[in-house]
Amino acid sequence: MPVSIDDVRQIAALARLGLSDERALTVVAELNSILGHMGALSKVDTSGVEETIGIGARGTPVRSDSGPPFPLAHAISAFAPSVRDGFLLVPRLATHESVDES
Amino acid sequence: MTAASPSAAALRTDTAAGTCAPAATVAAAIARARKVGAGRDGLNIFISTNDDDARAHAAASLAQMSDTEPGLLLGVPVSLKDNLATLTLPTSCGSRILSGYVSPYEATAVRKLREAGGIPFGKTNMDEFGMGSSTEHSAYGPTRNPLAPDRVPGGSSGGSAAAVAAGIVPIALGSETGGSVRQPAAFCGIVGVKPTYGRVSRFGLVAFASSLDHVGVLGATVDDAARGLRAIAGYDWLDSTSAELDVPDFHEAGAIAVKGMVIGRPKEYFPESLDPRVRARCDVALEKLRALGAEVRDVSLPHTPLAISAYYIIAPAEASANLARFDGVRYGARIEGDGLLGMYEATRSHGFGAEVTRRILLGTYVLSAGYYDAYYRKAQQVRTLIAADFSKVFASGVDVLFTPTAPTPAFRLGAISDPYEMYLSDIFTVTANLAGVPAMSQPIGRVDGLPVGGQFIAPHFDEMKMFTVAYALERALGVEAHT
Repeated sequence: MPVSIDDVRQIAALARLGLSDERALTVVAELNSILGHMGALSKVDTSGVEETIGIGARGTPVRSDSGPPFPLAHAISAFAPSVRDGFLLVPRLATHESVDES
Repeated sequence: MTAASPSAAALRTDTAAGTCAPAATVAAAIARARKVGAGRDGLNIFISTNDDDARAHAAASLAQMSDTEPGLLLGVPVSLKDNLATLTLPTSCGSRILSGYVSPYEATAVRKLREAGGIPFGKTNMDEFGMGSSTEHSAYGPTRNPLAPDRVPGGSSGGSAAAVAAGIVPIALGSETGGSVRQPAAFCGIVGVKPTYGRVSRFGLVAFASSLDHVGVLGATVDDAARGLRAIAGYDWLDSTSAELDVPDFHEAGAIAVKGMVIGRPKEYFPESLDPRVRARCDVALEKLRALGAEVRDVSLPHTPLAISAYYIIAPAEASANLARFDGVRYGARIEGDGLLGMYEATRSHGFGAEVTRRILLGTYVLSAGYYDAYYRKAQQVRTLIAADFSKVFASGVDVLFTPTAPTPAFRLGAISDPYEMYLSDIFTVTANLAGVPAMSQPIGRVDGLPVGGQFIAPHFDEMKMFTVAYALERALGVEAHT
């Protein structure tokens, strides 16, 4: 089934991306073109074939959840756009008030 | 001094002997960058440079002069792709969304090259977050191929490839998700190596598609690339997929004979549609190896034609998850919007370029309810089949495979506008990323003055076999590799 404009609006919302009407129409055409080439996969018999999980013969080995400390050279406050008292600041979720008003 | 950089081995020897000071090496690299026009209005090789930072690293490299063995990269300037985290220069990934971001930690590969005496020299231009095959998809403008400035250098590690090809540095670090080291190496007439998945730590490599991402090395010669890889490889607790295996001295592979080795020629990589001039260069390379006593055997990797389809489902799917972290709360830029969700949307919509946006949307679509089985699960099953192709052919006695690296030489800037047509540029390289096997590209001649790359692919963690044939072919071709 081809990708529709409603599909694009839905996935853009899920991906937190804004698209103009013109751009959304372009994306519809692009995704349908790209996915059209992916149709070859549907013709392959993969019954009984495991999905790839780990890479290579060694896979991804399980290890203990402990180890040396994470080597931070700068404080977190140095790389976040907005920080106060050691906390990352974000706008309110449900209102339009700025954090400075709280 | 504005000559092209000496080799890594020569710089190490001369630095250790005291006949070449790291400060002079850095001064030469700075002069060379100016001479070739590496700046924004020229080849546009670097996103960020800082001469004082390079000089400070040069001074620090001398600290690696111990009473025992000098570091493998002592006194060697190494440029870094801008998706490798560095403490002193910004890490933008070629994206507006990370403008001004300076990492609070350092990539393990960068730390290791410094500990080996290497001198970090500038952060190189790249397709945004590694998504591209031409280095045209950078928020900082396209990089030009030093050998033919009207053409692309390949991508996404185009800046790193151009830094080496222009003679500024003998080694640069890049990264690969589907061929982003090997394809630009081929386009720029240099050597590009993608190691086995797990051989080099990905800690500090900004993630694009975690199961496909690799740190790779670009070198002016096979020996430069071998030394670069030896320096940065090895186990790292900070990457849970890092392999706890000894690392061979790849730069000693040149002493191993290729006589008796079996080189597979997979027919799927030599389709009727292949540029006949590229095919002819591959034939010459194989004939050289045959003359050295190697056996060339026709083989088949039957699921290869499905690789691009599988790759361009899996990679965008992983990218859509990995790039969710760039939301204006952490890292780089924030654009205010209507509340929290508005801020997310404004930041991401402004921060990501067209190709990244397209891949995030594609990835979100193939992972969404109703399409997951048809696309993502199917692609992961096909990935298993592609990996099994490699296992079978290597189990049959083939030591390494030889293929063209890319279907064509470097194309002109702006020549490819269709996204899928651009994706086909990776048709011979994505398979190694899907299977996690090591692969490398090296120059095997030119077509109309443009470099052509030949690719070796080896079994997991058997990079030594790959380097053995690469050293031998480089010697056998001599100047023919660049004419």
